[in-house]
Amino acid sequence: MKVIDIKNLTKIYNDSEYKVNALNGIDLSFEEGEFAAVVGPSGSGKTTLLNIVGGLDKPSGGEVIIDHTNIGKLKSSRLIDFRLKNIGFVFQAYNLIPVLTARENVEFIMHLQGKPKAEREKRMKDLMSAVGLSDRIDSRPSKLSGGQQQRVAVARALASKPKFILADEPTANLDSKSTENLLDIMEKLNKEENTTFIFSTHDARVVKKARRVITIEDGKVVSDEIRK
Amino acid sequence: MNNLVFAWRNLWRNKRRTTITVTAIVVAVLMSTCMSSMQEGMYSKMIDNVVKFYSGYLQIHHNNYWESKSINDVYKPDETFYAQLDSVRDIVHYVPRVESFSLISTGENTKGGAIIGVDPESEDRLSELSRWIHKGECLKQDDDGILVAVNLAKNLKIDIGDTLILLSQGYHGATAAGLFPVKGILKFPSPDLNNFGAYVDIRKAQDFFSMPGMVTSTAILVNNYSDVVNVKNELVTKLQNSYSIMTWDEMQPEIVQMIEGDRAGAVIMKAVLYIVVGFGILGTIIMMVAERKRESGITVAIGMQKRKLQTVMFYETLYMGFLGVFFGFLLSVPLILILLNNPIPLPGESSEVYEKFGFEPVIYFGAQARVFVNQVITVFAMSLLISLYPIIKIRNLKVANALRA
Repeated sequence: MKVIDIKNLTKIYNDSEYKVNALNGIDLSFEEGEFAAVVGPSGSGKTTLLNIVGGLDKPSGGEVIIDHTNIGKLKSSRLIDFRLKNIGFVFQAYNLIPVLTARENVEFIMHLQGKPKAEREKRMKDLMSAVGLSDRIDSRPSKLSGGQQQRVAVARALASKPKFILADEPTANLDSKSTENLLDIMEKLNKEENTTFIFSTHDARVVKKARRVITIEDGKVVSDEIRK
Repeated sequence: MNNLVFAWRNLWRNKRRTTITVTAIVVAVLMSTCMSSMQEGMYSKMIDNVVKFYSGYLQIHHNNYWESKSINDVYKPDETFYAQLDSVRDIVHYVPRVESFSLISTGENTKGGAIIGVDPESEDRLSELSRWIHKGECLKQDDDGILVAVNLAKNLKIDIGDTLILLSQGYHGATAAGLFPVKGILKFPSPDLNNFGAYVDIRKAQDFFSMPGMVTSTAILVNNYSDVVNVKNELVTKLQNSYSIMTWDEMQPEIVQMIEGDRAGAVIMKAVLYIVVGFGILGTIIMMVAERKRESGITVAIGMQKRKLQTVMFYETLYMGFLGVFFGFLLSVPLILILLNNPIPLPGESSEVYEKFGFEPVIYFGAQARVFVNQVITVFAMSLLISLYPIIKIRNLKVANALRA
């Protein structure tokens, strides 16, 4: 089943002095359960693509259809609700809320969704167990290592049972062991929960694990390789 | 996570900064409370002095008396008149008076002065006349003597036991003349009052001015300052416009003007104080918003509505205001109570300046509810105003830009 349908997507940044065509007519679609990596050199448009697909930025042209909804046409507050229900995010710098414990960070989105306490608690425990941090649920982010924080961030992204997860360079700040560990966890959750994962990355280890690799250069898709 | 809990935790991310900001508010509340307390204390004392010494809270005159101040514009209160006064619940006490002017002479020295005829016992309950006896003793019922204010006595070069000759115009052109032995010298806390005049028994005054049973005024003491207007309205109805009824502020508008002028000046001082503190809080809020721009972007990205985030930031600002006001209030109550019970006497030259302007040279403090409540309201209003900043910043937040911050 198609989860995301991107049609002729363009993004132009208009500065007072110069104009940058960050995306030049991208056509892509993602199926449920994909584990895809978007690769390309710096400035190729990977992050811009993920931002627009995630509804964090507006396209200059084209459409992003998610679950029959053209998200570019949604008003700000409806778009936030749409993200809450459909999209999970993992950021390069983890970006957990520092005043909340790991448990509270994971429960935060479910709280926003209005899920009952018992359901939140069970989902949080399941996810923290899945990312191997059952014993750290009451720790604040400052007491966790970078790898542990990113695993909590993955648990947070999955907490709302989104249709897909966008991960912008999730391993960029991690050492090899943490990267390997995180990728294994994400792959396992991808299979167990059938959640679509889309990464932007430079990291060869991520690319190696991906079952689909999309290469972007100068805002255009130059290759789209599906691996068995 | 409850918004209030979330805001509370956010507040203590930077403990030192929050503590400094809250302390600034505490100091501002303390200072402005002290300033207000001092002002209100001084005003209360001033009003109290004036009301209790001279005017009472209200006075009843003949309709023309206040304009003419003539000994001919007097009235004769009968039993019905006093029964009407007795029927007004909030009137605590009333005293009849005869007031006019006279030449006061020792034979060698002569001065003009005010002659105030009072019922010594009754008057003592209103103006505490006996409290101000500097030398000699107070008048008794049907006393033949006279009490003279200290500066007037000094000018006349008299002492206890001397006899004064009073010469004036009595009721309807009668000649008023009499001899009065000096029974006591009065010294009031307000130097102006010390030049004011001389007290005699009301019956002697009525004889002196040839106006038996008549008075120039009836001064009234009420339960509470706030009852004055109600009492006046009730008296107007009961006495059916036969008399002029004036409140203390109508009789002495210059005091009201002075208080209002002084209040306005203090408002400017307090405004400066609050502006300084307000900018301190604003600075903290600007830093909080700036350093959490990326985090705000993240929370909105993952699905938190901007209005919820605005609510959290709003609570943070209110928390700071509340903490500052709460501790400021907590500290100011005992401080004001101590000052209330220990008025500060002014030393040296300051004392002379106060006396020159007719004030008692002591700093009194007040503990009226408004002294405290006004500060609470002001700081909260300020916090509300400042909380607009994060609300506006979050409304204009562009998530993609915030994530790059």
